[in-house]
Amino acid sequence: MTAYTPDALIAEDIHAYLDTHAHKTMLRFITCGSVDDGKSTLIGRLLYDSKTIFEDQLAALEADSRRVGTQGQNIDFALLVDGLAAEREQGITIDVAYRFFATDRRKFIVADTPGHEQYTRNMITGASTADCAVILIDARKGVLTQTRRHSFLAHLIGIRQIVLAVNKMDLVGHDQATFDAIVDDYADFAASIGIAAFTAIPLSGLSGANVTTRSDAMPWYDGPALLPHLETIPVDTDRAAAGPFRLPVQWVNRPDLDFRGFAGTIAGGQVRVGDTVRIVPSGRTTTVARIVTLDGDRDGAVAGEAVTLVLADEVDCSRGDVIAAADAPPEAANQFEATIVWLADTALVPGRGYWLKLGARTVGATVQPPSHVVDVNTQAHLSAKTLALNDIGVAEVYTDAPLVFAPYADSHELGGFILIDRETNATVAAGMIHHALRRAQNVHWQSVDITREAHARQKGQSPRLLWFTGLSGSGKSTIANLVEKKLHALGRHSFLLDGDNVRHGLNRDLGFSDADRIENIRRVGEVARLMTDAGLIVLTAFISPFRAERDMVRGLMPAGEFVEIFVDTPIEAAEARDVKGLYAKARAGQIAHFTGISSPYEAPERPEIRIDTRSETAEAAAERIVEHVLGVWSFEL
Amino acid sequence: MTGLTHLQRLEAESIHILREVVAEAERPVMLYSVGKDSAVMLHLAKKAFFPARPPFPLLHVDTTWKFRAMYDLRDKAAADAGMDLIVHKNPDAVAAGINPFDHGGRHTDLWKTEGLKQALKAGGYDVAFGGARRDEEKSRAKERIFSFRSASQSWDPKAQRPELWNLYNARIHRGESIRVFPISNWTELDIWQYILAEGIEIVPLYFAAPRPTVERDGMLLMVDDDRFRLHPGEVPVERSIRFRTLGCYPLTGAVESEAATLPAIIQEMLLTTTSERQGRAIDHDQAASMEKKKREGYF
Repeated sequence: MTAYTPDALIAEDIHAYLDTHAHKTMLRFITCGSVDDGKSTLIGRLLYDSKTIFEDQLAALEADSRRVGTQGQNIDFALLVDGLAAEREQGITIDVAYRFFATDRRKFIVADTPGHEQYTRNMITGASTADCAVILIDARKGVLTQTRRHSFLAHLIGIRQIVLAVNKMDLVGHDQATFDAIVDDYADFAASIGIAAFTAIPLSGLSGANVTTRSDAMPWYDGPALLPHLETIPVDTDRAAAGPFRLPVQWVNRPDLDFRGFAGTIAGGQVRVGDTVRIVPSGRTTTVARIVTLDGDRDGAVAGEAVTLVLADEVDCSRGDVIAAADAPPEAANQFEATIVWLADTALVPGRGYWLKLGARTVGATVQPPSHVVDVNTQAHLSAKTLALNDIGVAEVYTDAPLVFAPYADSHELGGFILIDRETNATVAAGMIHHALRRAQNVHWQSVDITREAHARQKGQSPRLLWFTGLSGSGKSTIANLVEKKLHALGRHSFLLDGDNVRHGLNRDLGFSDADRIENIRRVGEVARLMTDAGLIVLTAFISPFRAERDMVRGLMPAGEFVEIFVDTPIEAAEARDVKGLYAKARAGQIAHFTGISSPYEAPERPEIRIDTRSETAEAAAERIVEHVLGVWSFEL
Repeated sequence: MTGLTHLQRLEAESIHILREVVAEAERPVMLYSVGKDSAVMLHLAKKAFFPARPPFPLLHVDTTWKFRAMYDLRDKAAADAGMDLIVHKNPDAVAAGINPFDHGGRHTDLWKTEGLKQALKAGGYDVAFGGARRDEEKSRAKERIFSFRSASQSWDPKAQRPELWNLYNARIHRGESIRVFPISNWTELDIWQYILAEGIEIVPLYFAAPRPTVERDGMLLMVDDDRFRLHPGEVPVERSIRFRTLGCYPLTGAVESEAATLPAIIQEMLLTTTSERQGRAIDHDQAASMEKKKREGYF
């Protein structure tokens, strides 16, 4: 068996060969199928038939095939593709692997995803950058649940080119009727989930029939073999180039005072020097003065290219803004409906603050309870309160700041986002925006003439939010109360929001589940912010057990105005005091979700003030807090 | 149809990655090994940030056993780019006189793996660019573009972050770091075509020339300086050779060749029957050796 038969042109005229290859395009595709569908074998076959396998690799493959292969004395192509040591032992692939091969017309990047229970997460990851999905079907088995799942996910992530590879045709006697029946069956299903078109190819990864060239074994098939088909289908960047111009600004290039360029990858459309553009969300309009590259200025650039633009006017524009065609600017909004795919072991906590990254912008965001989740196997809509690993659901997303976006169906670059856990920094979800919520578009910020600065000036103070956090019975309310008395005596304008009191009114509809606790803190944070807008010094005394929510409130406030005060009383001490008798009830199992006993308390890592109530009296602590806050004021005033 | 070529798409992707790191990281650094992949990565950095200079230093983890021609180009390339060059030599390896003749596997462990960890820690770098490609080796095929390292700089292939679209999550805790591979999706042929198209300067050792060599254990080694220990009876022979990859000269096998131009090199590469890494002793140690080394902190 020969591994590598080079193109004759390489030896005869390398310059002509290189010229051909300099003009190749690139196609990224994903292969979907389970272990038994022969996916790895098919990829191995593509690598092999496109002459990407070298002699030393072939020798290693032959040795491996004899040792651990499943094809007797024949080469087991699947071994070419299965990479990590752990996988080789278990005989499964555990992650997305990328393979490369090229023909005279195209370079191909194949994302190979495994077929076990982590499938949704891995397939979504691999498919997010793919122009095309090759969905494998075992000809002996026909359309299965997993075929429907793969197709649904490929369609969900927006892949427009679907190839149905009906594999193992050699095992059904290359029978046309079998193939036709599978294609009919699939066509019905595809139409039902909105796949407009697909190409079905009968083939055999093992024998190579209809993989790179048409096979004599199936004279009844008059379509292309797989590889020639992949060489001709359109790629997504070409489609993006047809839309209006969009450049998410990634980085502002400022080497000296004379140059200010805006660097980024063009997400849609084309740009030429002299074009009128608008900066979104600010709305300023200017023209493109230069398109700068290391090789000299250019006249124009298209979607997919990474460029640096110089604008004619000094406009305010920074990372995360979008430079867009002035006559067709994108929308900005802070409330969306989106499809969300959950990728993490820890489930979504509705209402909790996450980071949301879209384009070059990262903002704080919360997700509402999903309106439904989708069963990937049946595509049925089910009700759910949260999203767990591999769940796909539709939910509303609220962001802290307006996001420039496009519906995912129009632009993957401006419609796709990830959610990041604020504590672990893990990427926990992928999202695809459907549309902005109407109420977000219609509720505008009313600008007021009496600003928060004016309110504060009238009161002769700087607003502050003194956020007391600690276990139940730690002494938060006691100390906060003392601090407010001192502030009042000093002529300061303040207000104390107490946890128990708020639950009698504003938050009486909330219980003590994680989601309700988060909503409790969110509301209190918003109320406190409004009060600081009015110029007040606000004190809050809430257990506020979760770091993410305290950080969320911190994020609502102007820098420096949020003062986190950790009333550090160990659980033993708080329980020993048990002023309200709550610990006893919790220990008796009469209170669910009790912080410190049946629900966690996440202590602040870097509070502005920490009070150890074992070594400091409430009076001394209150004095210290007032000094801390006044000290900051005297510096400012 | 705009018809961006495959090299244009690869270039844009790499530039996007380089810019994203600079926008989000506190102290990035670029690992520069002086090989052809590093040369391409450096060139992409110049393009990404032009007219500014790439806003990070170059870091060379030196083993003191590289080819002399590599040191020459290293200093010139850094100067041409106007970038700071940091050279780190593991002081423990210096003190112990670690060399490829006496110390076998420890040579790579101490100079490269340990040296790299030391240099990254000393510089307080939160992101290090590396020129690894997914087509080089099977375990690389599974590595993300952003590869996270714990505070002890180890790699856990099961705890990688999903990478969707072109959205990279670069958030880390203090003490953790990220290795970022901007040319992950390039193949060896892409690299050569790009060097040809862009006129990128590479170490002359990639081009065939008469050089003093000895044949040992089936490998053709170049006698680059007088530290090379000749076995009894060994006499350096002048052969026309070139190198497909570059590393420590006593560990890097040459191929006999007459290819003295880029098209000739590409022609020879396309007509050859062995893969690129075969010339490196490091991969032959054991199956899955690269994965093992990476878990331990090797790039």
